[in-house]
Amino acid sequence: MLITLTDINKVFNQGKHNEFQAIRDISLQIEAGKVTCIKGASGSGKTTLLSIIGCLSRPTSGRVTLDKEVLSGLPERFLTDIRRHTFGFVFQKFNLIQGLSVLENIMLPAYPLSLNHKALKTSAQQLIVHFGLDRVMHNPVEWLSGGESQRVAICRALINKPQILIADEPTANLDTRLSQEFMELIDELRKTGKTILITSHDPVVFDSPVVDRIVEMRDGQILES
Amino acid sequence: MHKSALVLLFFIAGILLMVLTAVDAAVQQDSAMESLGRRTLLVKELGLSDIALFTEARYTRHPSLADRHAAFQDHPVSFDHFPSGSLYLPPRQLVQ
Amino acid sequence: MDFIRKQAYLIDFTLSSLLRRKGKNLGLLLVYTLIVFLLASVMLFTHALRKEASIILQQSPEIIVQRLVAGRHALIPADYLEKIGQLRGVVSKRGRLWGYFYNPSVKANYTVMAPEHLELTTTEVVIGAGVARALGVGVGDYFTLRSDDGNTYSFQIKELLDEDSELVSSDLVLISEKAYRVITGIPEGQFTDIILSVRNPREVRKVAEKLTEKLPDIRPILREEILRTYDSIFSWRQGIVFVLLFGALMAFVIFAWDKASGLSAEEKREIGILKAVGWESGDVLRMKFWEGMIISLSAFMLGYLAAYLHVFYSSAVLFEPVLKGWATLYPQFRLTPFIDGLQLATLFFFTIFPYVVATIIPIWRASVTDPDAIMR
Repeated sequence: MLITLTDINKVFNQGKHNEFQAIRDISLQIEAGKVTCIKGASGSGKTTLLSIIGCLSRPTSGRVTLDKEVLSGLPERFLTDIRRHTFGFVFQKFNLIQGLSVLENIMLPAYPLSLNHKALKTSAQQLIVHFGLDRVMHNPVEWLSGGESQRVAICRALINKPQILIADEPTANLDTRLSQEFMELIDELRKTGKTILITSHDPVVFDSPVVDRIVEMRDGQILES
Repeated sequence: MHKSALVLLFFIAGILLMVLTAVDAAVQQDSAMESLGRRTLLVKELGLSDIALFTEARYTRHPSLADRHAAFQDHPVSFDHFPSGSLYLPPRQLVQ
Repeated sequence: MDFIRKQAYLIDFTLSSLLRRKGKNLGLLLVYTLIVFLLASVMLFTHALRKEASIILQQSPEIIVQRLVAGRHALIPADYLEKIGQLRGVVSKRGRLWGYFYNPSVKANYTVMAPEHLELTTTEVVIGAGVARALGVGVGDYFTLRSDDGNTYSFQIKELLDEDSELVSSDLVLISEKAYRVITGIPEGQFTDIILSVRNPREVRKVAEKLTEKLPDIRPILREEILRTYDSIFSWRQGIVFVLLFGALMAFVIFAWDKASGLSAEEKREIGILKAVGWESGDVLRMKFWEGMIISLSAFMLGYLAAYLHVFYSSAVLFEPVLKGWATLYPQFRLTPFIDGLQLATLFFFTIFPYVVATIIPIWRASVTDPDAIMR
């Protein structure tokens, strides 16, 4: 699936005294089946760009196209549907729901789809086993280590079998060893044909051989491709 | 067991119990008829006019026989009896 | 099927979510249940009492004739029975002797009567169960009354009035007419009031009118007026019942307003996460709806069931100290359950609807905003 961004602009608090332009005239193509890393310092607009690509927020102007379909103008219902089936998001702070177990957190994205419960549970358990979380399956997520939490976040992103995986600063809360393990997981996923988009200012990530392409951002604009 | 199944069971149990109260009420009403009958007979024989709920004063014990002055006849500056004063309305015929 | 399955998942999540803050939600449920319990208890109690009173008092005299002198209830001469004469529709008429008696030793007010239907000697008395309890006496024991000339008269208790009939007879003391007249000093030829039996209920008003014409110093009290008095007993519009209801309502409004005026940061974040992982606004709202429903419906059911047991199986034991007031004699009675469906439906509506709305409204705005905006 090819993602195309054309002349994307994003302005926050438009018209107010704290108006802020996070992204300026970005045009970009994300290739299918490759690992793309968006590199840049804090505040460069990477997370905002990721949100727009992953249909978590709308651009102020410009177009986002997925293959031939224009996403940016779609009503919320359709956008949510696409988000569900196409994108898997791994957030910087993992954003797991406290108090729920590992299994419940992973199954969460699939609830509104009213799939057969047994089938859903089986999919979740497969992911849990694959990512080495079977021993903590029923534990509340507060009990997990940083590395375990991230793997739960990845499983949750993968439960609906999305084609595109988006990870925002995935190694920000991990040590070097875990960061390297993370890149190994990314490599595995790339081999299954998924498109992967990562933002990071961690050298372990953007210097990794797993990354196919680096896009550098500064002050809301792309420096080089 | 699914949590949602537990919730459903809980509510079904609740509804059943509530229906049971309706059934219980009907059953008790039936069996109370006899004792209600005895009470009614006593009312008829003695010519009673009021229930003996508040026995503090004349006008609380027999509110339907009270007149406009009954409350003040107790005592010139008497307080309203509590809680009967705030629960009983004066007899309809006096305030209409 | 899909729809049901989806709701089942949403309920799964909702329950997990509620259990996450077990203490807070249990506390909330408890308080809410308590409010419903109080309101339902008052509702059931007053309705049942009203119903029972209206059934029993159906046999009250059709007309009670009181004589007023300078606005005060005075004794009525026996010759008024002649003066009433042959009024059309009046089947029977008789004088009643009854009054009040205060016993300072137990601070109890008795209602003393001279019944016509009982054969009592001048030294026999029949007392109500409440009087027996207050004095700690039973059949065969002695019971004294002090006359207004300072003498004490002793009676032997022949029987106790049926405990079943306590609601009407708890404070009654029945003695012979002769004994009554001696104790109270009311001479022959005078009665406390006169009761009339009228055959046709539709003629009662006419008879009352004619009575007032014939005897201008009397005041007729009709049975229908008595029944209407009891219909409005415990009127919700006044006094302590109103204060209770109003208080509960205010407490609820404040609570609902507090809830509806905003979400905590954590709740906002959670909604952002749910949307980010693919939940639609509709799903979030439905989930919140279930949350509101689970709490309010549970509170309603538990509160109502507890109220039913409280009122009908433990004689509204929590209300007794409140209702007793100054009185020392209070009837022990077991109310027959009469349930007013309309009142119950109203309680149901006001328990569920506002709470669910208060739960959903603050979510509305959060659920339609872009998830990205919520999560930052």
